[in-house]
Amino acid sequence: MAKLTIDGIEVEVPDGTTILNAARQIGGEVVPPAMCYYSSLKETGGKCRVCLVKVAQGSGKDPRPMPKLVASCRTPVADGMVVQNITSPEVLEARKGVVEFLLLNHPLDCPICDQAGECDLQNLAYEHGAAHTRYEEDRRTFDKIDIGDKIKLHMTRCILCYRCTYVANQLTDNRVHGVLGRGDKSEISTYIEKAIDNDFSGNMIDVCPVGALTDKTFRFKSRVWFTKPMDAHRDCPKCSGKVVLWMKGEEVLRVSARKDQYGEVKEYICNECRYDHKNVKDWTVEGPRHIDHHSVISQNHYEKIDLQKLKKEVERQLVFQKGKQLPEPNNALNG
Amino acid sequence: MGRKLLLEHINEPGIQTFEVYRKKGGYSSVEKALKTMKPDDVTEEVKKSGLRGRGGAGFPAGMKWSFIDKKSEKPRYLVCNADESEPGTFKDRYLMEKIPHILIEGMITSSYALGAKTSYIYIRGEYMYIVRILEKAIEEAYANGFLGKNILGTDYSLDLYVHPGAGAYICGEETALLESLEGKRGNPRLKPPFPAIAGLYACPTVVNNVETIAAVVPIINMGGDEYSKIGVGKSTGTKLISASGHINKPGVYEIELGLPVEEFIFSEEYCGGIWKDRRMKAVVAGGSSVPILPANLILTTAKGEPRLMTYESLADGGFATGTMLGSGGFIVLDETASIVENLYTFARFYHHESCGQCSPCREGTGWMEKILHRLQNGHGKKEDIDILVDVAKKIEGNTICPLGDAAAWPVASAVRHFRKEFEEAALVHAHKELVA
Repeated sequence: MAKLTIDGIEVEVPDGTTILNAARQIGGEVVPPAMCYYSSLKETGGKCRVCLVKVAQGSGKDPRPMPKLVASCRTPVADGMVVQNITSPEVLEARKGVVEFLLLNHPLDCPICDQAGECDLQNLAYEHGAAHTRYEEDRRTFDKIDIGDKIKLHMTRCILCYRCTYVANQLTDNRVHGVLGRGDKSEISTYIEKAIDNDFSGNMIDVCPVGALTDKTFRFKSRVWFTKPMDAHRDCPKCSGKVVLWMKGEEVLRVSARKDQYGEVKEYICNECRYDHKNVKDWTVEGPRHIDHHSVISQNHYEKIDLQKLKKEVERQLVFQKGKQLPEPNNALNG
Repeated sequence: MGRKLLLEHINEPGIQTFEVYRKKGGYSSVEKALKTMKPDDVTEEVKKSGLRGRGGAGFPAGMKWSFIDKKSEKPRYLVCNADESEPGTFKDRYLMEKIPHILIEGMITSSYALGAKTSYIYIRGEYMYIVRILEKAIEEAYANGFLGKNILGTDYSLDLYVHPGAGAYICGEETALLESLEGKRGNPRLKPPFPAIAGLYACPTVVNNVETIAAVVPIINMGGDEYSKIGVGKSTGTKLISASGHINKPGVYEIELGLPVEEFIFSEEYCGGIWKDRRMKAVVAGGSSVPILPANLILTTAKGEPRLMTYESLADGGFATGTMLGSGGFIVLDETASIVENLYTFARFYHHESCGQCSPCREGTGWMEKILHRLQNGHGKKEDIDILVDVAKKIEGNTICPLGDAAAWPVASAVRHFRKEFEEAALVHAHKELVA
């Protein structure tokens, strides 16, 4: 076990844990954002650089700081390590820079993007970005292409997180797509116009942090905040069958895998569940899905408040904000 | 005349052949190492010599060797980095082309020290004609019992292969090189683990530059202590410098580290001064990836002492007044050269060569190139200069591999030392606006 502090909060985690996952055990503000890391996919991370943190003390044995900011998603913890995330101006400055880089070639077409309201980059830009761009050059554009009969690739929006290629590599048979070209001319593409048509290809849509890969059975049918996410399941021979039904009235507009608080899928679903069962009768509906109240998806979405959970969140905030003026618990309830 | 260790026999007719090379004392380091020394003794001699990596980073070679995981039961590999792609750097090409057997000899001796049974020379694809030269030299070494099974009748066996890349600067970064050697896209790996623990095929691996490996030959022949007497301080031995630009005698020179920069540029033995009797304006001392220095700073340090061709003297305590020896790609610019234009050329190169894996390098190198393109063509604004510096700052230190730093350092230093030129370039735009 290793004991370390992240932004002044102590946490003990098993050896080999990464800084990011140690921060996730604390939760809240000390968790660095992640655009390319995906805990259930091996070897992901280290590419987008938004999770950079400062290691102010390498370990108890070797207290020297690390000379550069490190990618928290790929750097293992050490006993006695001292990490700074939001308490380091250097980290916040670097992160602001990375957000600016990510937005250079990403069109801000949220009003027409299917991912709007569920976009990690939108959230990241809101939290760490600048209000104005300094970039005045032409932006990179691509034609939209179909990679399979159910998935549309809009490469213009892609931030090259590589997550979909890891899904293709690790979850599906006969990998037919990857990254072509290099530098800012890199693009995700299929191998000589091949289609991605295996049983788990739809998961590429769920892992995409932006709107580059979209579900053709849902595209432009509705805005996500007009839908009602419901947890549901069915008896599926291929996958767990645990999904989220995105409904409008009694109509199922979209089926997706369930994501955790960090936007990651823990149980991938098969294409049959995703695309072929758009009738509510096919499913056992469990109830409304919990949506964080900060999310735009929570608009018009009602669920029973878990007071125990809320109490824990307030307690966590108290630990984090010690020394500062504390918010009244009732304020959090109204938030 | 400075002492020559690597290029001593360069002008000997037929030195490319095994026969002539052997007659001139070639392969004696292999004989000495295999017959009279234990592998660890060879490493110890390299440590004593103070040899620092000649590829650019200048990390002590013997220390790098000692990091190799000896507890691992996996095979160990020595990989020679012959992917010399830095603009302004062409010394490895010269060495391999003119005297290939010194590299083969160094590979055998170094592989013995590391306990490698298979070694590779990873060479850039554009050097295809050198691939043939090396393959011929390897064939001769096999035929004469210096490669293959039981070399010189000892228990040590080694196979050596030359592997050409497909032509990508990024494959000169050691982990991208290993990816490429494994047949994959040449993207740098995240470290740790370092190659000494998990390198080629996840086995303990040492990656060394051509010149570093060749330098093992004189080190073993003369002894590490003797070698360390050449040079100044922690910059020991000789160094190949590829000199280019506005000088009278461009070429590859072997210098003893510690030679004054002024002597290197102006003496007849080396560069022979600035061409057409012009004044020197600036120097890029270690290949295009290092900070550029104006004439006054390249000849004297911040303390007013003569600048020496050493890792320490060129660094001069930081980038405000210093630069790096790097790979030894010495580019001299005369008074007529445009810094903005030269920087644009560098920026175009790094933008083209970025692998695209990490966001700051993928997007930032392109942004810098585009700003410089505008400045160079009279469309830039004064505000662009600060944006340019800020973009470089946001790339530096935040990328997976050093290509980001390599792209950022020349930008930051060029603006620092030659800001007026950038402002003049921006004035063209301001003038156009006024006229309109």
